[in-house]
Amino acid sequence: MLSKRIIPCLDVRDGRLTKGIKFKDNVDIGDPVETARKYYENGADEIVFYDITASSEGRSIMLQVVEEVASRIFIPFSVGGGVASVADMRDVLRAGAEKISVNSAAVKEPRIISRGADAFGSQCIVVGMDVLRVPQSAEIPSGYEIVIHGGRKKTGLDALAWAQKVQDLGAGEICLNSIDADGTKDGYELNLTRLISDNVRIPVIASGGAGSPEHMVDAVTAGRASAALIASIVHYGEYTLPEIKRIMRDKDVPVRMVW
Amino acid sequence: MLAIVNYNAGNLTSVKRALDYLEIPNRITAKKDEMLGSDGVIIPGVGAAGSAMQYLAANGLDEALGECAKKEKPLLGICLGSQIVLDYSPENDTLALGLIPGRCRAFDPDLKDERGELINIPHMGWNRVRLRGPCPLFKDIDPEAEFYFVHTYYPQPEPEYILGETDYGTTFCSVLGREGLWAMQFHPEKSGRPGLRILKNFHSYCRGELNA
Repeated sequence: MLSKRIIPCLDVRDGRLTKGIKFKDNVDIGDPVETARKYYENGADEIVFYDITASSEGRSIMLQVVEEVASRIFIPFSVGGGVASVADMRDVLRAGAEKISVNSAAVKEPRIISRGADAFGSQCIVVGMDVLRVPQSAEIPSGYEIVIHGGRKKTGLDALAWAQKVQDLGAGEICLNSIDADGTKDGYELNLTRLISDNVRIPVIASGGAGSPEHMVDAVTAGRASAALIASIVHYGEYTLPEIKRIMRDKDVPVRMVW
Repeated sequence: MLAIVNYNAGNLTSVKRALDYLEIPNRITAKKDEMLGSDGVIIPGVGAAGSAMQYLAANGLDEALGECAKKEKPLLGICLGSQIVLDYSPENDTLALGLIPGRCRAFDPDLKDERGELINIPHMGWNRVRLRGPCPLFKDIDPEAEFYFVHTYYPQPEPEYILGETDYGTTFCSVLGREGLWAMQFHPEKSGRPGLRILKNFHSYCRGELNA
């Protein structure tokens, strides 16, 4: 039986974590490599790095970070943010990442998905989707709209139609982030998660809103997601990964307990 | 020294990184004499069977691997490497290395999981392996350990070569071979400590330090 994955997400700017991260032993670590290593040792099933660097100088620093991570952690990890071309994808994969996540770039130029899938295989291509709840309309029949630039810009794309389109273009996975739930700690947007999961055949990672392990249970049961993305809940030491996984296992969710 | 066969497959460097981390001497190579001169050979692989076999054949590596197997050089196939050791793959209608009798096949998209939901394809993520019997590569590995898979096709060797199985909509062979010639559908180099342990066990076996 395939286990449900728990995936910590790390935001990186110029090679450093953008938020101070405190573990239970109260060591503040701003180094993404050390932090990834710690999560790896604590049972993370995968790790996502989101590079919010704007400059090209920052990008080459990120590639060094990716290389260091790849030589020290032996689980899959993906890199998103600023990936705008097949050449960018190649750089990140060569540095040792398994997957690349594209978001705004795919909205602007959907063919980047098929080009990436043709060049490296669908399993490498994750499409990140930022989704905002809107009134249902002829244009947005699902009531969920794709937004870009951190939620500031609406695109006029229906989230369900877009999810099916990225699947057809060769995406291997969808990382589905609810802008409404993000940062609330009130739980994932389960209606949205379920809607997308039920209507595509590729795995869906639920993102945005995790405040407790029970929320993750909901995301992969009621929401039917394959994985749950988490951030502050582990970054600020509210729960450790082993605690989260034990709680999920006790609720009969298949999770990886040996690492 | 372990040889990692260079045939333009995607995960050469991740296998190398894992061996480097374990401080196991290794070399990425496409040279027959280096393969024959090594303690053991790893056939990694991410990608499609057709282009992989074309590359191997065009560079004489199919013959070199055949000779390694004949001379009982320990071999380890990983992911695509576990499929091309068989006779045939329907992926690109490919005649493969024929080191282990059998073929591979694709997951049926109509398969359902334990909850009655259609499976996602590819099979991607962490899953368990049920060994049919003791396998030296799994020495000191917890039976509850999980391994990282990402694949659309799976090996279907002759039954006596099935060493371990995994459930995903169906039960498929995830570890195959015989002593000294092993292959696995998952990625040990991406499966955390249990996966690294498999690579370490393979190296120990190659050095004659691990008994079957």
